[in-house]
Amino acid sequence: MSIKKISKEQPKIFEFNSKNLEISKKIIENYPKGKQQSAVMALLYLAQRQNDNWIPLAAIKYVGKFLNIPYIKVYEIATFYSMYNLAPVGKYFLQVCTTTPCMIRGAYDLVEICKNKISKNQGELSKDGICSWTEVECLGACVNAPMTQINDDYYEDLDKEKFEKIIDQILNNKKPKPGSYRGRKNSEPENGRKTLTEFKNA
Amino acid sequence: MLKDEDRIFQNLYNDKGSDLSSAKERGDWHNTKEILLKGRDWIINEIKNSELRGRGGAGFPTGLKWSFAPKNIGSRPHYLVINADESEPGTCKDRDILRFEPHKLIEGCLIASYSVNAHKCYIYIRGEYFNEGKKLQTAINEAYENNLIGKNASNTGWDLDIYIHYGAGAYICGEETALLESLEGKKGQPRLKPPFPALIGLYGCPTIVNNVETIAVVPTILKKGSKWFSSLGKPKNTGTKIFCISGNVNYPCNVEEEMGASLKYLIEKHAGGVIGGWDNLKAVIPGGSSMPLIPKKICDTLLMDFDSLIEQKSGLGTAGIIVINKDQDIIKCMARIARFYKHESCGQCTPCREGSGWMWRMLERMSKGEASREEVDMLEDVTKQIEGHTICAFGEGSAWPVQGLLRHFKREVTKRNDFNPLINKNRNIPYLVDQHLLEKKDA
Repeated sequence: MSIKKISKEQPKIFEFNSKNLEISKKIIENYPKGKQQSAVMALLYLAQRQNDNWIPLAAIKYVGKFLNIPYIKVYEIATFYSMYNLAPVGKYFLQVCTTTPCMIRGAYDLVEICKNKISKNQGELSKDGICSWTEVECLGACVNAPMTQINDDYYEDLDKEKFEKIIDQILNNKKPKPGSYRGRKNSEPENGRKTLTEFKNA
Repeated sequence: MLKDEDRIFQNLYNDKGSDLSSAKERGDWHNTKEILLKGRDWIINEIKNSELRGRGGAGFPTGLKWSFAPKNIGSRPHYLVINADESEPGTCKDRDILRFEPHKLIEGCLIASYSVNAHKCYIYIRGEYFNEGKKLQTAINEAYENNLIGKNASNTGWDLDIYIHYGAGAYICGEETALLESLEGKKGQPRLKPPFPALIGLYGCPTIVNNVETIAVVPTILKKGSKWFSSLGKPKNTGTKIFCISGNVNYPCNVEEEMGASLKYLIEKHAGGVIGGWDNLKAVIPGGSSMPLIPKKICDTLLMDFDSLIEQKSGLGTAGIIVINKDQDIIKCMARIARFYKHESCGQCTPCREGSGWMWRMLERMSKGEASREEVDMLEDVTKQIEGHTICAFGEGSAWPVQGLLRHFKREVTKRNDFNPLINKNRNIPYLVDQHLLEKKDA
């Protein structure tokens, strides 16, 4: 279980915009009648996307009413799962994986860079408010370690220099190119692979 | 070495694209109708004969699992749920299937749904795999447009709807009953078993939960025949497996190989060897972080399959191989894994909730040499108190890596933490001294 900081400053109201209203109705249809509670995770996620990547308490109430389930049930969900941000995050939200496979390939060097360039502590906004970072548990790209997720995209095969460049780009409000930074194809070995060779240059 | 034509995932590195037409060139959606028309019994039998074991970690025979689903649909509908909540440290195989071989998975979903009488299939993807989910959704849409799934899927008379459900960053949702809870819109806290999901699962209905890789290999098995599949690998440990080789190797990678391939071969042939040479190897975690590590001595001859690894008191798990060389501090590595489990414990059972944090705090101190000799034994005791005393296997998953460390590297741990707080009074680390010891000192 992780401790969640809930923002002290909360907007009074939250409502889905018309596009998300339509999407959420469609999501509810994915589940059997009367089982609309299943949609709660997806709806919270929509709310998070609509509200600059964080969920205010008003949105939790709104989702509860929308699905006709008690507020506390939604609150429970929002605090249980680590991907729901309950306090503002930067426009660029960095999640640095530091679990063992990334750690032994130097993930903590990346954390140091975050501390120096973005903010001293995780979960804080950078000076210009554009960027924030946090340490996360395994993101499931272990053969491309060390790696970082920035918003939706994975940045893989990093090292100190490459990561510094990525952060410099972000601090200049430019989106860096996602994917491997050692120029390899996805999860293939770099030494000239021994398998599936006939497709190699296809 | 496995021949290229025997590899199931021909597009593992995305050389050819994941869209429907390239998938069809690789043989996906070929003869699907004919396979389904042979009937459920034939399919389940064929899977049983192939001796396919679940690829999600526990290695349960897939054909047997399917046969647990009720033969006829009663008052409650059946569900098929695909577990794509891949979060085991060291594992990243499902990610490549989701983004590069989605049609193998979707075709497998159709065959499996038909076999277990399900008209609805949910694919539970971890929330972080947003782009992978998008790719899978594109593939699902393609399949709907071409009537491969949907009403009268592939002209077989079977209706099938497939939906994606995103998780939101909880490792525990990879446990099948926690996953079902999460699908129902609740906290991902595991349920007591029995009843097993095959009878009472999602919304209280019969539900079969399978891993992505398990389902994705099914179409190929049925097309090439169970004999072909069971001829690969070893008896009871048949077929191929995607191995994820990460950590201190020169070229970390995913690679599909035969079950029972030797660990040394996998690391040296595909991953370019251990950094600093084979002799620089310290230990290997063979099956994702929950499986006990294995020291170099055993690694020299180790075979990678379910039964060989159980013999070494470890397990194949998800086949996520984490290589740790001598440049790393093994205690620190395991402390970090303990921190992972502390973070991911759902908090339902006390031994796990309290024990996982306890183990982490002790290991952190042990890595710095700040623990006393007795604490090493205490750590072992804590692992034993967690193991077997929790609702789900997370308890074992968090205790086993620590047990593995103590089984093989206890000397190293005690060497670093060998002072006795009562004698070494001048070492001033007050917080690690138990209160009752302090009293003794005063007395």
